[in-house]
Order: sequence, then C-alpha cells, then structure tokens
Amino acid sequence: MTVRRLADNQDIKFKFDNQDLKFLNSLLENYPKDKKQSAVVPSLFYAQRKAGGWLPEKAILAVSDFLDMPKIRVLEIATFYSMFNLQPSGDHFVQVCGTTPCWLRGAENIKKACKDYIGQEREVSKDGLCWIEVECLGACVNAPMIQINDDYYEDLDYESTVKILKDIKNKKNIIKGSQIGRKSSEPLERD
Amino acid sequence: MVNIKIDDKDYEVEDGLAIIQACEIAGVEVPRFCYHEKLSIAGNCRMCLVDVEDSRGLSPKPVASCAMQVSEGLKIFTKSERVKNAQEGALEFLLMNHPLDCPICDQGGECDLQDQSMAFGYGSSRFDGDKRAVESKDMGPFIKTEMTRCIHCTRCVRFSSEISGNDEIGSIGRGHDMEITTYLNQAVESELSGNVIDLCPVGALTSKPYAFSARPWELNKTETIDIMDAMGSNIRIDSKGLRVMRVLPRLNEDINEEWITDKTRFFWDGLNNQRIDKPYKRVDGILKPTSWKSALELAKEKISNSKSEKISALSGDLVDIESVYALKKLMKNIGSDNFDCRQDGSRISGPPERWLFNSTFNGVEDSDGCLIIGSDIRKEAPLLNSRLLRKSRDDEYKIGVIGFNNDLTFDFNFLGENPSIVEDILIGNNNFCNDLSSMKKPLMILGQGALIGKDAQNFQNICIELAYKFNFINNDWNGFNVLHSAASRAGAMSIGFFPSGKGMITEEIISNYNNKKLDLLYLLGADELNIERNDDCFVIYQGHHGDTGAQIADLVFPAAAFCEQNGLYMNTEGRVQESIRSTFPLGEAKENWEIIYLLAKEMSFDIGFSNLNELRDQLIEEFPIINPYREFETLPSPKKDEFNKLNGHQFKRIIDNYWQTNSITRASSNLSKRNNYIKEENNR
Repeated sequence: MTVRRLADNQDIKFKFDNQDLKFLNSLLENYPKDKKQSAVVPSLFYAQRKAGGWLPEKAILAVSDFLDMPKIRVLEIATFYSMFNLQPSGDHFVQVCGTTPCWLRGAENIKKACKDYIGQEREVSKDGLCWIEVECLGACVNAPMIQINDDYYEDLDYESTVKILKDIKNKKNIIKGSQIGRKSSEPLERD
Repeated sequence: MVNIKIDDKDYEVEDGLAIIQACEIAGVEVPRFCYHEKLSIAGNCRMCLVDVEDSRGLSPKPVASCAMQVSEGLKIFTKSERVKNAQEGALEFLLMNHPLDCPICDQGGECDLQDQSMAFGYGSSRFDGDKRAVESKDMGPFIKTEMTRCIHCTRCVRFSSEISGNDEIGSIGRGHDMEITTYLNQAVESELSGNVIDLCPVGALTSKPYAFSARPWELNKTETIDIMDAMGSNIRIDSKGLRVMRVLPRLNEDINEEWITDKTRFFWDGLNNQRIDKPYKRVDGILKPTSWKSALELAKEKISNSKSEKISALSGDLVDIESVYALKKLMKNIGSDNFDCRQDGSRISGPPERWLFNSTFNGVEDSDGCLIIGSDIRKEAPLLNSRLLRKSRDDEYKIGVIGFNNDLTFDFNFLGENPSIVEDILIGNNNFCNDLSSMKKPLMILGQGALIGKDAQNFQNICIELAYKFNFINNDWNGFNVLHSAASRAGAMSIGFFPSGKGMITEEIISNYNNKKLDLLYLLGADELNIERNDDCFVIYQGHHGDTGAQIADLVFPAAAFCEQNGLYMNTEGRVQESIRSTFPLGEAKENWEIIYLLAKEMSFDIGFSNLNELRDQLIEEFPIINPYREFETLPSPKKDEFNKLNGHQFKRIIDNYWQTNSITRASSNLSKRNNYIKEENNR
C-alpha cells in the first residue's frame, strides 16, 4: 500500500442523472431511514463504475451531496478501501492476485507477463490496459488467477496471460474462467 | 456507586465511569493520548492499558482503561510489571514513527508525548528502520501542521465532528499510511478550530501565529477572563516581557468548559498594533501628541464651557465595570443624564432578569428544546452554539429559529425571518407550537439583534408573555434568556449606565451629534458607532486603539487594554469575574478608571475614590450584584408587562463580520488573515 491521493488530472464530467439517482435511492431502502450514510460504500462503488472504473473528485462530491455527508467523511472512505481506484484505471483493469496460494502457483510469472505486455503497475497503457497486484480474490483453488474488469481468468501461466492480454487488445473473444479447460473448480488430474 | 480497588486501595466511585476516570478521581495517573474527557472514546492509542481482576480472575491481557467501565469488586492494577511492559511497548511503537525533533518543535515543554515518554517510556529505542514521513497539510491561517509528528489519536477528528460540528478534519488512508487532514487541504472554517491545537498531544497541530516565538517555561501566565464575546470565557494569558504571546483556555465547566473561540485565542497580536500610547489633541484638523497635563486641562475647559444637557457619554463593548461606574459618577457630577452603554442601539432596560441569560449556560444541558429569536448564535456566542450542538444530537431536542437562517452546524426548524412569527406562536398559529407545548424545560434565546428599535420593549414583552404561555418560565425553570455579544454590556447595564427617565439614549445622542446639537461627547472605548467627524461637537475618546472612535475625536486619552489592568466584567449570565492584569499599559497610557479620576480631580469634583480598591468597595456597596465574591445565584423570573401588536419591528444583524467585532480584533493581523481566507474561499 502506498499513500493514496486523488488523481492530478480531474478532467472528467461527472453528474448523477435521474437514472443514477433512481438506483441510488433504491440502495437507500436497504438501510434505516435516518442512517442514509450507511449507503456510502455501495454509492461510491456505483459512482466508480459510472466514472469508468475510478473515483474522480466530482464523484466524491456527488456522493457526499447525495447522502448529506461531510466531504471529508466520504473522502476517508474512498481512500480507505483499496477497491476504490483514485487514479484512472483504463478500459481493461487487470487485478493480479499475489496472495500466498496464487504466489505459490506462480503469480510472479503473471505479474511479469503484465509488466512485459502492459507496462508498469498502475499505469494505463495506450491500449487502455492497466494492472495492479491485489490481495486474495478468493479463487485460490484455480490459482494463479487475474480479474479483468468483472471477470475472473484462472489457471494461468505466463503464456496464457499474454494471450488473454493480446486478445483483449485485438478485441477477440476470450474464454472466461479457467484457461486449461477445467470446469469451475473440478479436481485437476496431475500429470 | 460501586466499590473498586485501585492498586490495592479501596475506592467507592460512581457507576458507569470508565476505569481511567475512576483512576483520575482516585488521583492515580494513567497515561493517555487519545482519551479526552470531553470527546467520545476512541481507544486507539493503547497507552492507558491497565490490568483488571474480577471474580473470574486476572484479565488475560491488559485492557484499555478508557474503554472499559468499572464494575463492583473490580481490582485495577496500574503499576504492575505487565502494565509497565505494555505501556512501554505502546510508547515504543508510538515513537517508532515519531521524529526526534523536539528541539525545533513548538510543543516542546508542554508535550504529552515528551512527558509520558519520560514517565512511562522505555528509555531508548530498539528501532533502527526508516521513519515514516508525511506531507504537512494546510489547515488555514491558525493551525500549523507537521503531520510527521502525528500519532493518530484522532482527538482533532472527534473535536471537529462533536464540538465544533463542522466535520472538517478526518483521517484518510489506512494503517501505516493513515493521515489526518482536512478535505483536500481546505482551511478549517470553524470558529473553534484553534482548540485542536490544545487537544493535540504532540506537536502535529500547533499555533501558526505563535510559531517559534516562545517556550512555555519562559512565559508569565496570568489567569484571567476573555472579553471578545459576552460569555466571559476563562483564559490564561501568556506573556513575555511587555508582550502577550498567546492565549489559552482555562477549565470552567460553567462557562467555556475547556474551549475558547479562535477570536479569543488569536486576538493578541492586535494588542501590538494601532495602539494609542500618549494623549493626542486635534490641532488644525490633525491629531498631535500632547501631554497628560494639557490634555486634562483642555478636557476641563471644554467640559466647563459646555451646557450640561449638551454633554453625553457612551461606553463601548470592552470596558470594565469600574470605569463605567467612574464615568457615570463623573457625568452625574457634570449634571448630565445623557449616557448609554448600548452603543448598538439595543433597547434593553429594566431589572436584570429582563436582560440576562437566566437559565445559565449549564441550564442548556437541562433544557429539552430551544427557541432562538433574532440571534445569529454561532457568531454571537460560538461556545453556546457548541453546547446547543451537543443537545441537538438528541432527536427529541427541537430547535426553532426565528430571524436569521444561517448555518449553525446543527439542524433546526427555521420558522421565518419576521418578528411577527412570535405573535403567531403566542396565539397558537404556528406549526412549532405543538413542539413547544410538549417541552418541559425549553430555552428562549433572545439576541441583541431582536431588541433594537422603537418597538423593542414591546417585542420583549411579547416574548415574556410567550415564555409564560409555554414552559419557558414556570415555577422551577427560567428559560428566558437574553444573549449579549458585548462583554461590558451586562456589567454596565447592572450599574445603570443608561438613561432612566430623562437623558438621551444612544440613538438620540447620535442624531443630536449629527444635527450639531451636541457640545461634547465622551467616548469610553466606544468604537462601533459609525459616525462621521463633526466640528461642532468636541469628542473625547478614551481607549487603547486608534480605531473609529479615535478618528473622530478631538482629544484622545490613552487607556489600558483589558489585559493591562484589573477590572470586573459581568458575563451574559450575570456572573461577575475579574480580569487580571497580565502586561502593563503601553507608553503613557493609564488605567481606565484612573483617567476618569484624574479628569474629575482636574474639574475639582468630589468623586469619592482615589484608588481602585476604594472605587470597587463603593461600587459593590451601591450595587451588590457586582460583587465577584458573592455566590452566583439565579434571578427571579421577569415580570409580564403590557404589550401591543408589533409595528414594523425588524431584526438587525449585530455581527456582520465575526472576526472583526471590536477595536482589538480590527487591529489584529491574525484575525484579518482569517477574515481574508473566508473572502477568498467565499464559503459562508
């Protein structure tokens, strides 16, 4: 973890439209009426999705406005959780699991593949790719794995990772889930 | 009550206390950083660890004494080997990332971390890694930050949400990277922000204006009171030589608790600017220095050549009761009844219960609802506002506001701007009536802004009628309160420094002045009059700052500021307190009462005193309410009086600019910097 700051380049338009507000109001129904601020994490997550995978300052202000919360309280939460990206994260946001099971099964190679093909961690490439190492994503049985936007790609090695990244760049179809033809987490025959 | 044992000694303490509070009562010191009596409990510094033993035996590990309550039969050990180890460990971890820059740190000498390291620390460090460095934050012109020193006790964060109510300071990031900051380095806007400087147990938040100017052990400490507003906050003035270096709050649970406003904390540099240090008289349109002798002779000549009914006197917002009393005696000797202390045009009069804060500030805690009429309470008494904020956390506590719809840091029902809403409530024609009738001990807070103008007395009578109709006043509760914003007002009113019957009030004095019907005007520190200079009236100004009063004057007597003389002040509750001299009057300036005494002597009046003690004895004999040593007691309820329908009564804003309300604050560059900050950010 490093010190997390808002992005320098805040050049983005952000405003909740009526459809957004309808969804956000439906979120509020999950919580007691006088505890609006309970919805701050889902609201921020929604705002992050709307802004294209990261939280510009305008999104933080919009959420604080929507929930009648002091700005600093929303900023505290946005900087606390590492799943809120404060920097732009590209169109294809690659999260590489680096926690022990994945690391034992070769996560370092996956990181190397990302570094070779995309570039430095946290930097958005020209193709709109960006990668970071994250903590356990909970797919240890299919380690090593990565998450790209909302989907998991599992049972990876250096080559298959590069192939996925290439296919993304060339806008080809990619199989989600296991890359060695395994069905979810079925037992793997050792050779 | 529960029986507990602390370090093998028996104590009986109240139920529900935290262990750390029980230890405090027992006089056993438990070190702490994050725990603060007036703030919620955080339990994150781990410094207050103690061992406890109950019927189940000794606790498996030391517990945080701030976060655990006492219970019957609890045995507490604060000095056992394990506790000592735990405290040393906590301190070692805290010091791991704390820079060793005490020699250049302003907190040095009054630093909790320094003291507790000495008392409870390990002595040396086993840590040889890199220390963490944190960017310092910009928190505005009052708070200097050095965030590398921060130990994350979050006292400032809790203060900002619980006491000042603005929620401006927070902690971003987490773990090793946690940082205390305002939202993107914005300046803190609260009027109470300076208190985080005192709260900070280390040197992370220090005073910007005071930076690097003195060490605590070389300062003379004078325990006195504040006169920047009418609350009479207890303060300590720290001075070095002839200069006031800083102002700190003093604990007084009845008034300011532990806090003071930023205006009080930072006005002190105004004492060094724009001061009048010798007598001046106007020669060919320009004020030129002169001697005391010729100044007094000139004053005598002008007073004796004027008709007594054309002589008037006005007293300002910062003057002590003794000098007002002396001036009143002088005016009586001259034979004039034209004197007034209500320079903002307020029409309060009658017995004290009609113009004091009858419920007292502590009464706010007992109240169960509040109606604020014509007062911008956040500007007029920020600390009272903070008490209301605390009450407003209770959803049942309803606050209604008539007059100014400003941000008070808490939610309130805004009933409207028009004073006639009070009439509506009186006949039951308002939505707030239901709330009011359910209250058992409501407060009514009448600002000075509600009591200005011809119809003010009538309006006040309506309010008193309202107070009797709802429960504001009943047999065992008096919640009828008038809030002052001028420190000297209540005192001057209580010795009758306003015309009763004959004599002109402020408004008449000013209109006579403007219409050139006045021969002589004596301004005792009166600076907030907004009048132009006029050649037909000889104006004598007695005061300490070359402010608006001195600009229109023909003769200027240099006087001591409030912290350069002893003087009595009555706060808005009617509590009389003494302001103690911390430095000496500047140059040839004299104490206020003495100037009036010298003038009376020059005029050969028998004024009846020749020193401050005689003056005070006389004053207290004539007005026993002024006795500072008397038991503070509540006054009878104000009497109902006849009233008519309101006729064009309007509320007036008495404080436009919170940071510049009197001559000292206008001369202060600290406060004008703060004022410009507001203008730049244009937030309020």
